[in-house]
Amino acid sequence: MPTPQGARFRRQGLAAALFVGLFGGVLYLASGARLKPADFTFNNGTEVTTLDPATVTGVPEGRVLRAIFEGLVVKDPLTLAPEPGMAESWNISEDGLTYTFQIRKEARWSDGHPVTAEDFFYSFQRFLDPRTAAYYAYQLWYVRGAKAYTEQVDEKGAPLNDFSSVGIRTEGTHTLVVELEAPTPFFIDLMGFYPIFPVSRRNIESAKEQWPDSWEIRWLRPENIVTNGPYKVLHRRVNDRIRLVKNEFYWDADNVALGSIDVLAIEQDATMLNVYLTGGADLIDRVNTNVVREMMVREDFSPVPYLGTYFYRVNVTKPPYDDPRVREALSLTIPREQISRDIMKMGQIPAYGLVPPGIPGYKGAECRKEDSERARALLAEAGFADGEGFPALEIHYNTSEAHAQIAQVIALSWQRELGIRAKLRNEEWKVYLDTQNTLNFDVSRAAWIGDYVDPNTFSDMFVTGGENNKTGWGNAEYDQLIADAAATVDPAQRMDLLHQAETILVRELPILPIYFYVTQNVAAPRLGGYFENIQDEHFPKHWYWMDDEELAAKRAGYTGDKELVDPHGPPQGMYSPAEMRRRAGQ
Amino acid sequence: MTRFLLRRLLWFVITMFVVMSVSFVLMRSVPGGPFDQDRNVEPAIELNLKRKYHLDWPMWKQFLHYVGPLNLDERGMFGEGDRKGEKTFGGVLSGDFGPSFRYRDFTVNDIIGQSLPISALLGVIAMMWALSLGISTGIASALRRGTGLDLAMRLAATGGIALPNFVIAGFLIICFVFLIPLFPVAGWGSIRTMILPGFCLGLVFAAYISRLTRTGMLEALSQEHIRTAHAKGLSPRTVVMRHALKGGLLPVVSYLGPATAGILTGSLVIERIFFIPGTGSHFVNSANNRDYTLAMGVTILYTVLVYSLNLVVDLIYTLLDPRIALEDE
Amino acid sequence: MSSPTKQAKTRWDLGGGDLDRLLEEAKASRGESLWNDSWRRLKRNRPALWSLYFLAAFALISVLAPLLPLRSPVVVNTSLGAQSPAFAWGDGQYLEDVPLEEEITDRHLQDTYWDLSFMDKALVHLRVGIFGRWQTGHWLGTDHLGRDLLSRLVWGSRTSILVALAAALCSLLIGVIYGAFSGLAGGRIDNLMMRIVDVLYSIPFIFVVIFLITLISDNRALLEDKLGLDREKVFYLVIGAIYWLTMARVVRGQVLSLKNSEFIEASRVMGASTTRILFQHIVPNVLSIVVVYLTLTIPSVMLFEAFLSFLGLGIEPPKVSWGTVAADAATAINPLRIFWWMIVFLSLAMGSALLALNILGDGLRDALDPRMRGKD
Repeated sequence: MPTPQGARFRRQGLAAALFVGLFGGVLYLASGARLKPADFTFNNGTEVTTLDPATVTGVPEGRVLRAIFEGLVVKDPLTLAPEPGMAESWNISEDGLTYTFQIRKEARWSDGHPVTAEDFFYSFQRFLDPRTAAYYAYQLWYVRGAKAYTEQVDEKGAPLNDFSSVGIRTEGTHTLVVELEAPTPFFIDLMGFYPIFPVSRRNIESAKEQWPDSWEIRWLRPENIVTNGPYKVLHRRVNDRIRLVKNEFYWDADNVALGSIDVLAIEQDATMLNVYLTGGADLIDRVNTNVVREMMVREDFSPVPYLGTYFYRVNVTKPPYDDPRVREALSLTIPREQISRDIMKMGQIPAYGLVPPGIPGYKGAECRKEDSERARALLAEAGFADGEGFPALEIHYNTSEAHAQIAQVIALSWQRELGIRAKLRNEEWKVYLDTQNTLNFDVSRAAWIGDYVDPNTFSDMFVTGGENNKTGWGNAEYDQLIADAAATVDPAQRMDLLHQAETILVRELPILPIYFYVTQNVAAPRLGGYFENIQDEHFPKHWYWMDDEELAAKRAGYTGDKELVDPHGPPQGMYSPAEMRRRAGQ
Repeated sequence: MTRFLLRRLLWFVITMFVVMSVSFVLMRSVPGGPFDQDRNVEPAIELNLKRKYHLDWPMWKQFLHYVGPLNLDERGMFGEGDRKGEKTFGGVLSGDFGPSFRYRDFTVNDIIGQSLPISALLGVIAMMWALSLGISTGIASALRRGTGLDLAMRLAATGGIALPNFVIAGFLIICFVFLIPLFPVAGWGSIRTMILPGFCLGLVFAAYISRLTRTGMLEALSQEHIRTAHAKGLSPRTVVMRHALKGGLLPVVSYLGPATAGILTGSLVIERIFFIPGTGSHFVNSANNRDYTLAMGVTILYTVLVYSLNLVVDLIYTLLDPRIALEDE
Repeated sequence: MSSPTKQAKTRWDLGGGDLDRLLEEAKASRGESLWNDSWRRLKRNRPALWSLYFLAAFALISVLAPLLPLRSPVVVNTSLGAQSPAFAWGDGQYLEDVPLEEEITDRHLQDTYWDLSFMDKALVHLRVGIFGRWQTGHWLGTDHLGRDLLSRLVWGSRTSILVALAAALCSLLIGVIYGAFSGLAGGRIDNLMMRIVDVLYSIPFIFVVIFLITLISDNRALLEDKLGLDREKVFYLVIGAIYWLTMARVVRGQVLSLKNSEFIEASRVMGASTTRILFQHIVPNVLSIVVVYLTLTIPSVMLFEAFLSFLGLGIEPPKVSWGTVAADAATAINPLRIFWWMIVFLSLAMGSALLALNILGDGLRDALDPRMRGKD
C-alpha cells in the first residue's frame, strides 16, 4: 500500500502534469491560429456556398468568383461595358444569332496549362447538363437547343437529347461559336456573368480519376482547384475567411497590383462595420442603419443607385386582392417618401414601377403617386367604404429589422388612411420562402436584383406561370409583349415593347413597388480602381492602393463637404508591376 | 468499475440513437429545405438536386443511409449499375458525416475538423477564466465571511449571472476596444483576440463557481475535522488549502458538467459577436439553413461531448471524495 | 460546562414575575411550523428582505404599467433616431394620432400599437382620465428607432416576467409531478424515468426551439385564430419544456432523501398513514426546495429569453421584452456613436431585478433549510 506521502505526491504530480499539459496545448493551438495580414481585406457578408461557378446563385459567391475566375468578357469598372477577358475579340453575325469568340492564346490556368475553347465547350455543357443542377442554367437558354437539353430528361435525370443539338461548338483550339435562338442584345453582357465562368476540364477529369467517390468535393479544395483569374485560392476556413493570392499564370498578371486578398464572412451588420472602422477590413458592403447619418458625411461612403427593387407581392388569387381597385388603393397609400427618407436613410429612391432607373435607353413606367382621396374612393367603389368588411390583412416578411419597420409604417398608413386592419407576420428565411412559393400570404415583402443591365431581367419575372412570379397574376397581353421583345433585334423598338409591358404591370399592380436600391459599400479611400456602379460588380484585377500623392489628388476632387477619414492601406501605395515600370520610366 | 462503464456505454448508445432519430425527424419536418432560394429553380433541376443528396428517398432510407455503416446509394452493396460495390461503407458509423448542404465544398467532417479546435480553445480559455476567478474569489469570500470584501465579491458574483453575456460583451467592447483600444473588435488569430471572448464566456460560470466554492468551503470549514486541525495547531493556511479546499471543490467539480454544457451554448452568442469560426456558430446557422447533415453532425458532437464530460466528472468526483461510490443513482 | 441558564436559577416564585417569565420562555421555545420558522429567519436576512420588497415594488409597477403616464413602447419614430437621455419634463402628446378633442376608443389602441388585454385597456382609459394626454419626456433616451427607452423597459418587464413565471410554472408542474412520482416509485421505475430524463437532457434544445417556433409559424392560422396560441404562449411551453428536466431531478432527489430520512421513519413507526406522511411531511419539504429552485429558475429563464432574442428566435416585434431591448442594445455598439444609455439602463433594470431574485433565492434557501432550524 503506498504511503500517504507517496499518494499525495502522485496526485499532486498528476494534477501539475495535467495543468502544464493543458497550458501547453492552449499555447500550441493559439500559435497555430495566427495569420499574416493580407494586402487587402473585404467582407463578403456570408460564407460562400461553393466556388464552383456552375452551381452558384448568390452575390457573395459572385464576388469571390470574379477574383479567381475570368469569363469571356470582363467589364469596365465604371461603365460596366464589356471588355475582352478570356476572349480577346468576338464577332456577331448580321442576324444577331451567331457569336464567334477568339480565345486569347496567352490565357493560362493556375496550373500552367493553356485555356482553350474546349474548356469553354466543356464548361457550358456541364452548366446546361441537368445533372449538374445549375440554378442559372436558364441564363444560357438563349442558346439554340439549350432549354430542351436541360429540361428534357429521362427518369434517371440524364438528358434525353445529345449535346450536339445545342448551338455551341469549337473550331480549332481557340475559337468558340455560339448560336442563339433569337437575337439577344445583352448576350455579351451575360458572358461576363459569374455562373458562366469556365472551369478547367483537365482539373475536373483528373479529380474524377483520382478520387472516384469524392471528386465532387475534392476538386473544389483550395489545394486542388484550378482557376484562370487574377487570383487563386490559398486556403479557406469556413465562416472565417478565404485567402487569395496573385495567380502568376494569369494572362494579365502584369497589371494586377494586390498580392493577397482576404475575403471575410462576417454576417452581422454591426460587427462588419466595427471591423472596418478598426482597420480589420478595407471594404464592406452593408452599413448598420443606426449610424447611417454619421456615415453619409464620410468620404468612404457614397451610395449610388443599384439595380434592385424592393416591393410587396400581392396574392392576386385571394379575394379581395383579386380586385385591381383594391390593389391600387393599397399602393396609393404607401408612404414611400417617409420610408426612403426616415427608415432607409441612404438616398433610396421611392419606386413607382418595377424596373429601376439607370438602364441606358429605357424609360420606366410609373403608377400613380400617393393619393389618399383617390384610394379611399377606389376602396369604396370596391365595396369596402372606410375599410368596413375588409378582412384583416397580413403583411408577410422575413425576419429583419428593416423589413419590420417598413411593414409597421405601411400597416399604420393603411389603417389610418383606409381603415384596413393590418397585422405583421414575420417568418424565418426558409419558412418565408416556402410560404411565398405556396401563395400562403396576403401581401408579402420581396426584392429583386437584376442579373444584367437590361429591363428584361425584371420584366420576365411576371409572365404567366413564371417560377419567380409568385403572385398568381397573369396577363396574355403582357406575355405577348415580353415574347415579342425577346425576338426583336432593333434596340429602340425592343425597349419600347418592354416599356409597354411595364405599363400594364403598373396599371394592374400585382406588386406594390416601394423603393429602388442603392449600393451601401464603404470603401477605404485609398483604394484605387474601384468605382460604384449600378450592378455593384467589381473586378479585383483593377484594384490597387493609391500612394499619398494620388490620394491627395483624389481628395482635392471632391464635390461638396466630405469628412476625411483613415484611408487604410500602405502610404506608398501598391501598384501593379506594369504601373511600377511606367512610374520608374517617367 | 467495469460494470459501471459498461452500463454507461449502453445508455450512451441508447441516448445517441434517440437523439439522432429525434433530431433527424424534427429537422425534416420543419418547412423549408436546404436548397430553397429566393429565385425559384426549374423543376427538372430541383429534382436533380434532390437526387444528388438523396432527398427524394423515403425518410427511413435516408436515415439508414445516414447512420450507416452500409452505403445505400448506387455505390454501395445494394446499389445498381456499374458502380455497385465501389464504396460499401458510409454513414456515421463508419466515420463519415456526409457532405454539408450549405457549404458544398466541404464535408461535415471537414467543417467540424476546422471549427472544433477553435471552439475547444475558446472553451478552455473560458473555463480557465471561470475557474481562476471563481475559485479565488470564492475562497477569499469564504475566509473573510461577513466582511465588506465578502459582500462585494458576492455582489460581483451575483452580478455576473444577472446580465446576458452579450450585454456584458457589449460593455467590455465599448470599454476595451473603442475607448481604450486594447483588443481587436472581432476575429480569431493572435492571443489578443482570445482574451476578451474567453472572459465574456467564462464570466457567468466564474460567478457560479465563486458561489459554489464559497458555500462548499463554509460547509467544510464548519466540519468537525477542521476544528480538530485548528486544535492540532496547524497554520490556518494549511488548514484551508489541504482540508477545507477539497471539500469546497467538490460542488465545483460536480458543476463542471453543466458548466461545460453551458459554455458550449454560451459560445453561440460569443462566437457571433466576436466573429469566431467555431462550432457554436454552426449550431444555429445549420438549423436555419436546413443544412441537415451539418446540423446532425454538430448535434451528435454536442451529445457525445456532454455525455463523456458527465462521465469524466463522475469519475473525478469519486477520486476526490472516497466516500462516494460509483453508483448508478 | 455552561453556566446555568436563567430558567434553572428561578425559584418557584408564584408572586408574579418568575412564573410569567417562565411561561413567556416556554411559549417562545415551543415548536414552530417550518414556515413560521423560515419566515422569521428570512426577515433577519436583510439583503433578502430588501430584495423581496424591491421585487414586490417592481412587480407592482410592472402590473400597473398601463396606468403610468409613459410614452408608447412600440411607436417608431425613425426621423428621431437614437437620442441620449433628455431632461424634458414631458408633453401632452400621448396617442398623437388621435386629435385632442376626440375620445380614445379601443379601436385606437389596436394591434398597430400593441395587443392589450381587457384589463390593460381599462387601465389605459383610467390613465387618460387621470393624466390626460400628458406623457413623460425621453428620460432614459430613445433607441435607434426613436422608441422611448423608459417605457420599453417598463413594458418589457411585463413580458419578461410573464414569460419567466409562466415557463417556471410550466416546468414546475411537469417537473414536480414527474420527479415526485419517480422518487416515490423508486426501484426500476425510478431508474427508467431518470434515464429518460438523461436522454432528453442530451438533445440540443436549440433544434427543439427552432422546430417548435417554425411549426407555430407554419400553422399560424390554425393555432392563433382557433386556439389563441400565439408565438408568445408557445414560447412559454417551449421554455417550460426545457426546464422541467432539472426540476424533475431536483424534486426526485429530495423525495428520495426524504423517503429514507429518519423523521419519516419515525412517523411511520408512530403509525402515521401514508397520506398524512405525504401531506404533512413530504410535500412541505419538497415545496420548500421547489420554491427555492423556482426563484432561481426565473433569472435563468429571463437570460435564456434574452439569448433567444439575440439569435432572432425570441419575442417578436412589436412586442417588447428585456431580451429584445438587450439584443437591440448589443447590435448598437459601434465606435462612431456610443449609445451608452441603451446598455446602461437595461443593465441596471435587468441586473437589479435578477440580482434581487438571486439574493432572495439564496435567502429562501438558507431560511427553508431544515438543517438550519434552531441554529440561528
